[in-house]
Amino acid sequence: MLQISGLTKRYDDGAGLRHSALDRIDLAVGEHEAVALVGTSGCGKTTLLRIVSGLEQASDGWLTLRGDPVTGPRRDVGVVFQEPRLMPWLTVRENVRLALLDLARAAQDTAIIDLLQDVGLVDFAEALPRQLSGGMAQRVAIARALARKPSVLLLDEPLSALDSFTRVKLQDHLNTLWKKSRFTLILVTHDIDEAIVLSDRIIVMRGQPGRIYRELSVDLTRPRRRTAPEFQTIKEEVIRALDLS
Amino acid sequence: MNDGDRAGILRAMRRNGLTGGKRPPQWRGLVLPALLLLVWQTLCASEVFTPDVMPSPVAVATELLRLWTKGRLFGDIVVTVERVALGFLLGTAVATVVGAAVGYSRRAGEYLDPTLQALKAVPSLAWVPLFILWFGIFEVSKVALIAVGVFFPVYLNLLAGIRSTDRKLVEVGRVNALGSFDLVKRILVPAALPNYVTGLRAGLALGWMFVIAAELMGASKGLGFLMLDGQMTGRPATIVAALILFAIAGKVSDALLVAAGRRALAWQDDFASAQAKTGA
Repeated sequence: MLQISGLTKRYDDGAGLRHSALDRIDLAVGEHEAVALVGTSGCGKTTLLRIVSGLEQASDGWLTLRGDPVTGPRRDVGVVFQEPRLMPWLTVRENVRLALLDLARAAQDTAIIDLLQDVGLVDFAEALPRQLSGGMAQRVAIARALARKPSVLLLDEPLSALDSFTRVKLQDHLNTLWKKSRFTLILVTHDIDEAIVLSDRIIVMRGQPGRIYRELSVDLTRPRRRTAPEFQTIKEEVIRALDLS
Repeated sequence: MNDGDRAGILRAMRRNGLTGGKRPPQWRGLVLPALLLLVWQTLCASEVFTPDVMPSPVAVATELLRLWTKGRLFGDIVVTVERVALGFLLGTAVATVVGAAVGYSRRAGEYLDPTLQALKAVPSLAWVPLFILWFGIFEVSKVALIAVGVFFPVYLNLLAGIRSTDRKLVEVGRVNALGSFDLVKRILVPAALPNYVTGLRAGLALGWMFVIAAELMGASKGLGFLMLDGQMTGRPATIVAALILFAIAGKVSDALLVAAGRRALAWQDDFASAQAKTGA
């Protein structure tokens, strides 16, 4: 599905100095797989996700999605950012419509209602973003990212700004959506629990420039109980891999 | 607060029309003009100002009444308003297209912006001889001069608004595969709207300034011509009456723009909208 090989990203700081963010990343993600990228700040997780989304280009190496090189944003890749990034001048309905402009108006309207039902916000279709809570706004962003029925959904710390209760609720919600739509999920997170709850495989990134340090498989049945001993074992392994213990 | 509570509150707010905020009391804006009028009348009554230099408010009101009953004033007002409206529409239309193109396309900006920035520095009156030569002394040259005055503030504000659009919102457009037209229409121009409205207000104010220059350069009708007529015939009350009419017309047209802008910017969640809601 997604193949990354020898991917390196360097930035020019404007004064002629080059700063490396990623160094020779090799990664393969399968169809319908859920992968979490975890690592401390500055290890290049978000940069890697932005390159996969097509918003940034790699300096070296290659990246293909279903065999095609990724050279820019693609219709079959949905992205949810750290902040909801809703257009403040558009209602919830019109924010979701942004992802559906290539459809006929009637098809857009039907799809919007379905999507808002999926994220539990159909009563808020006419609300402006400023009238929503943080969790609701992020659910609208998820609905917008799922609008084009992407084969890959990229999540860049989408729940990091939310309180812990809302975060747990939305993690369950994402699990339900993933089970229903079976998109390939790539999640960047700082939250180890979130990575274990949502993913089949955890990629631990470390260093500056960022490299893949370790991969851990999450062989637990869903839904995953945070209090289960197996859950705690994986969590401890991730903590050790991150060198946080 | 859960989603259900929030939905109920939203429905109640919409039912009661509370989402738009309170309108500020209008009478406060009349306090200063009323005070100035009082001081002006007092200074004239105590002969600090002599009538040949500065006529009293009463004399100006009498002159306005005389011009109105003579049947001339209405025609002058209509002609001036028409010139400003046409010049404003033309200047705004061109500035919007050029501003959006320069704001969106770096290449268009590289070609056009340096020249426009240089032309911005040309004083308005410097265009007059050229426009008379090109368009004659009738309506076209006057409307063109006003359009030039309107163009620059609208263009500059729209450009600044588009260029300061949050990169993160533009990225949303990119990941959702918006084409250039949709990106400009649905993200860049709405994001630039607060600046654009400021530009429209500044452009309209300049439109009123330029119409005077246009009417002084050779007209047989209009408020600018009325002022010139007052000067030629030695009637300061006519000049002051025309000045007051310009101020009223400028204020009324600006208030219309502000009202339209308030509707278009109802989504804003800034300090001014918070003040409007609380009445503070």
